[in-house]
Amino acid sequence: MSQETSSSAEKGYLDMDMLRFTTAGSVDDGKSTLIGRLLYDSKAIFEDQLDAIERSSKQRGDENMNLALLTDGLKSEREQGITIDVAYRYFATPRRKFIIADTPGHVQYTRNMVTGASTANLAIILVDARKGVIEQTSRHSFIANLLRIQHVVVAVNKMDLVDWSEDRFNEIKEEYTKFASRLDNIVEISFLPISALLGDNVVDTSENMPWFKGPTLLYHLETVYIGPDSNHVDARFPVQWVIRPHSDEYHDFRGYAGRVAGGVFKPGDDVVVMPSGFNAKVKAIHTAEGELDEVFAPLSAAITLDREIDIGRGDMIVKQNNAPEPTQDIDAMICWFSEKPLKPRGKYIIRHTTKETQAVVRDVKYKVDINTLHKVEDDSEFRLNDIGRIVLRTAAPLGADSYKKNRVTGSFVLIDNFTNETVAAGMVR
Amino acid sequence: MPDYNVNHLKQLESEAIYILRETAAQFERPALLFSGGKDSIVMTHLAYKAFWPAKMPFPLLHVDTGHNFPETLVYRDDMVAKLGLDLKVASVQKAIDDGRVVEEKGANASRNVLQIQTLLDALEEGQYDAALGGGRRDEEKARAKERFFSHRDEFGQWDPKNQRPELWNLFNGRMQPGENFRVFPLSNWTEMDVWQYMKYENIVLPSLYYAHERDVVVRNGTILAVSEFVQPRDGEVVEKKQIRFRTMGDATITGAVLSDADTMDKIIDEVAAARETERGNRADDKRSESAMEDRKKAGYF
Repeated sequence: MSQETSSSAEKGYLDMDMLRFTTAGSVDDGKSTLIGRLLYDSKAIFEDQLDAIERSSKQRGDENMNLALLTDGLKSEREQGITIDVAYRYFATPRRKFIIADTPGHVQYTRNMVTGASTANLAIILVDARKGVIEQTSRHSFIANLLRIQHVVVAVNKMDLVDWSEDRFNEIKEEYTKFASRLDNIVEISFLPISALLGDNVVDTSENMPWFKGPTLLYHLETVYIGPDSNHVDARFPVQWVIRPHSDEYHDFRGYAGRVAGGVFKPGDDVVVMPSGFNAKVKAIHTAEGELDEVFAPLSAAITLDREIDIGRGDMIVKQNNAPEPTQDIDAMICWFSEKPLKPRGKYIIRHTTKETQAVVRDVKYKVDINTLHKVEDDSEFRLNDIGRIVLRTAAPLGADSYKKNRVTGSFVLIDNFTNETVAAGMVR
Repeated sequence: MPDYNVNHLKQLESEAIYILRETAAQFERPALLFSGGKDSIVMTHLAYKAFWPAKMPFPLLHVDTGHNFPETLVYRDDMVAKLGLDLKVASVQKAIDDGRVVEEKGANASRNVLQIQTLLDALEEGQYDAALGGGRRDEEKARAKERFFSHRDEFGQWDPKNQRPELWNLFNGRMQPGENFRVFPLSNWTEMDVWQYMKYENIVLPSLYYAHERDVVVRNGTILAVSEFVQPRDGEVVEKKQIRFRTMGDATITGAVLSDADTMDKIIDEVAAARETERGNRADDKRSESAMEDRKKAGYF
C-alpha cells in the first residue's frame, strides 16, 4: 500500500491519482468546519478567499473566522446558514488530487447525498463524540452502502468536548462496527478521533490524544488504497456518437465514439453489438494521438469495426463471450427526487448509459425506512427522498448489468415526460 | 494483473471528451464559447480530440467586448485557420451601436455585464440550444454548485435552488422549446490541472500568459496593461514591469501579476506557490460578495 504511494509521488505531479470522496453530516456536527480545515491546512485556500471569509465572519458577528463559510456558496445559504445543494471542492497534495462532494445531511436532502455518493469512492461519515451513533449516522451509512462506496471513514468529531477520551472513542467504534455488519458493500471501515474545530488529527497529529496510533485524516486520504474504480473484466462500450469525417483522407472512416464503461478492448477482439446482435471484430482503436493497442475504462476513444453494421447512439459494443442479457424487465433500487410522487404504473423516460427509452412502473416492492433500515411494504407511494425497490418494464431492451457488477452499466435515471426533470436515480439489482 | 491506473489528467480529459460528445449528441445546435483565454483554448483542444478525425460539429462563438489584446485575436485567427473551425463573433460594440445595451459610465465602467445581453442575443439569433463554456467549479463559490449540464430558462436565467441532480455519468439535456443549456466540461478541473494538462499536451498559449515586459498602471490594487482601452488617469504613473496574465478577459478589467515565469514549467511552479486565486484580480468579481452568482442568474457564462 505504501509502496503504491511513494512510486506515484516519484512519478511527479503530472502523474497523480485521483480520489473522489463524499462527506455527509448535519448542521451541527462540524462537517463544513472539517472541510474548511482540510482545505485550509492543506493550503488549498487562497489569501483572497480567506480575506473574503474574514470580512463576512466579522459582518455576521462570528467570533472566530468561520471556516464553514468556505463551503457555503450561495447567497441564500449564507443567509440561512445551511448548505442546500451538493457543492464540489478540490484540493491536491503532492500525492493525490481530491474531489469532495459536500452534501447536506438532513433527511430532506437524501437526494443530494445520493447524488454526491454516486461518483465517490470513499465516504467520510461524521459522528459527534457526545452523541455517538445516531439515526443520521445510519442513514448516511445506508446511502454509502447503497451507492456502493467501498471505503468508509468514520470521523469521530468533537473529541475535545469529551475530554479526548479513548474509552468514548472505543465505545463508538464498537457501536458502529456492530451496526455496519449489515452493510454488505462496504469493504473497509476506518475510525479516526478528531477535532475539526481545533485541527486535531485532521492534517496534523493530535497532541491531545497520544493514545491514538493511527494516521491523521489527510494522511489516510492520501494513502488509502482504492484500486481502479472501474470494472476491468466485463467489456462494455456504450456508443455516444458516430464519427464520419467525409473527408478525402478518411473517406470510409466510421468510428464509434464513446467512453469505455467496463473491461478492456483490443484490436482483433470478437465483439457483438447490442441490441442488434451482429458480430464483428475490432479493427482499430483511434484517438487523435494515434491508434491504441488497448483501451479500458474510464478512457474515451473511437472504435472501428471490420465490417459495416448499422450502429448508432445507444447501442453497446460488448465481447461475444461476455455480453449482458438484454432485458425489458428492470428490477432496481431507486431514490425518488421529485416533489411529485411516483405514479404507480406511471410512464417515464429512462436513460441508461447513452440509451433513452420509455419505461412503465410495473410494481412497487417495498420502501426502506432509511433510519431503521426496515422494509416498508404497506406504503407504495414514493415521495421526495424515498428509497426502495421497484420493477420497470422498458419499451426497448437494455443491456444492463447489476449495479454491484458495474456502476456505469448498472445505473439509470428516470425523467419526467412533461417537465423533463430528473425524477429518480436507479440501481439495477 | 496489468496496471489499469489512469492518472488524474487522463481521467479529466476522458470526462471532458465524454461531456463534449454528449453535448453534440443531445443537442441540435451547440456552440463552443471562445474567449481567447486559456480555458477556452483547452476546450477547443479537447473538442478537436473528441471528434477527430472529423471536424468538431459546432462553431466557436466569441462574445467580443472589443477590448481585446491584439495577441488574443492573432492567436484566435491562427487557430481557426489551422483547425479549419467555424468562427462566429458576437460583438458587444455592435450591440452598443444597435442600442441593445448601454455602455456603463463612470470611472469603473466595464463591458463585462454587457456581455450577458450580447451572449443571450447571439444564442437566440444563432438558435443555439447549448453553449459550451470553460467554467470550472474551483473558480468561484457560486460556480462550485454548478452542474455539467446547466439548465437555463427561456430568459437564460440560472436557478441555483432548482437544479437537476447529476448522478454517475448520466446527463439530462432535455428541455422545452426556447430553453437552453450551458455545458461545462471542465467542471472538475482546477487551475493547476489546466496548466498541467497544457504542459502534458504541449499546448502553446498566447504570449500574454508568459512573463514579458509591458507598460502598466496600478489601479485599485490591480495591475492593468496600458493599451488603447486603458490609459493612465490623473495621478497614475505608467511603469515598465515584468508581468504575465493568469486569466484573459476584457483588457480593461484583467489584472496582471508580477512574474518572471516565461516557460510553462515556471508557470506551473508559480501556480503551485500562488496564494491568491486567479480571479482574485478580476475587477468584475470584486463588485460584491455574490457578484458571480448574480451575473450567473442573469445568464452570464
